Amino acid sequence: MALSQADVLAGIKEIVEEVAGIPAASIELNKNFTDDLEVDSLSMVEVVVACEERFGVKIPDDKVTDLATVEDAVNFIVNAAA
Amino acid sequence: MTARRVVVTGLGATTPIGGDVPTTWSALLAGKSGVRLLTEDWRENLPVHFAARVAVEPGDQMERVEMRRLDRSEQFALIASREAWKDAGSPDDIPKDRLGVVIASGIGGVITLLDQFDILKEKGARSVSPHTVPMLMPNGPAANVGLELKAKAGVHTPVSACASGAEAIGYAYEMIKNNRADIIVTGGVEAAIHQLPMAAFASMKALSTRNDAPERASRPYDLDRDGFVLGEGGGVLVLEEYESAKARGAKIYCEVGGQGLTSDGYHIAAPDPDGEGVQRAIKFALAAAGLSTKDIVHLNAHATSTPAGDVAEANALRKALGTDADHVAVSATKSMTGHLLGGAGAIESVFIVKALHDRLAPPTINIENLDPAVTIDVVRDTPRELPQGDIAALNDSFGFGGHNVVLAFKSL
Repeated sequence: MALSQADVLAGIKEIVEEVAGIPAASIELNKNFTDDLEVDSLSMVEVVVACEERFGVKIPDDKVTDLATVEDAVNFIVNAAA
Repeated sequence: MTARRVVVTGLGATTPIGGDVPTTWSALLAGKSGVRLLTEDWRENLPVHFAARVAVEPGDQMERVEMRRLDRSEQFALIASREAWKDAGSPDDIPKDRLGVVIASGIGGVITLLDQFDILKEKGARSVSPHTVPMLMPNGPAANVGLELKAKAGVHTPVSACASGAEAIGYAYEMIKNNRADIIVTGGVEAAIHQLPMAAFASMKALSTRNDAPERASRPYDLDRDGFVLGEGGGVLVLEEYESAKARGAKIYCEVGGQGLTSDGYHIAAPDPDGEGVQRAIKFALAAAGLSTKDIVHLNAHATSTPAGDVAEANALRKALGTDADHVAVSATKSMTGHLLGGAGAIESVFIVKALHDRLAPPTINIENLDPAVTIDVVRDTPRELPQGDIAALNDSFGFGGHNVVLAFKSL
């Protein structure tokens, strides 16, 4: 099922808020998970697994390091679900 | 150089009878039981349907996002440590390399371990939380408190089953005494109210099965006692070198005079009926504190409400204290809090500090018929006033494995 960029962004905002306690309002496409949102490596694992469950996609471990920004994650998920 | 002395400057707790020290202490003096029927469906799988859960859930005392990365035992440790640190006047200026943490747990993050095993079976390895290891490790409570306070003198976790909390305080005392640190946040916590640990203790016949009257189930020294009641929570003390505490104008509750540590070499779970190891631990603690049996006016007993343990301990106390046991007000506070395992020696030390400070020994509840084999002076039903002047008190804790820990506290 195709996912829109807006749907995925909204979902990621909810997940990051739940996992890392970052207010959804401060989560934007250009934000870097580590530097801007201070999502540590353990919490990033939780974000990835939660995204897989929510969007029904697989995010291989060797791709996780490529997902530096929220936009990287949104694009990866949209493409993987297409 | 004169010997370094160790004093108590802060207290914290979260217990089945209160979410902090003031609430817990007033409930204790009022003889209030924290034992309740469990509300979980799984209780029906067990022969025991009750336990002593904390009076205030961690969710009411900390942020949800912080909670989800912490085992329940770690949540208790942070809640009690924050209270103790604040009570000590938040001495944040102390050099971090002179600040340590010694917090014990008897079992560690057993609820996390079991919950994550359920997730592994249901959803597979990828769904196991990346926080699992830091949550289940027994040193997790100490480590989290150490991180919060940025302690750099050392963070430690002695493990000796139900003696762990007392052993932690003794370890902290030694660290200050031996000039490894000037201030230590120390205590013990436990969070093991889950069907597996309860089934395991029940299988040993260690737990009371008084399902028709949970509040009456923890009854140390009563003739009809039938086992302990599992409790949860923790207690934390701030210990500090006397001169530096005075120099910063800290409120000083009392002095930690010394400790005595021995082992039974007898049985993995049963107490040595001769109580030789307990007697020796009392002698060592008194000697370390420069006290004689005449100085002791109060003792917070281990007294878990098991048929064998209570009498073995009472006999050992009578032998160790001799006729001076006649003027020792013995309190068995597990009658109200249940047994906090690795947290027990810590909350009971908090109670001793309060008792010396307020000159009040807390009561023991639920003794309907005192076991005639118990020949010590048990404080029953209502608090008892302690004498004015210089007084001292003991806390004894024992753990499966034959561990004996006795801590001596002196008024200041």
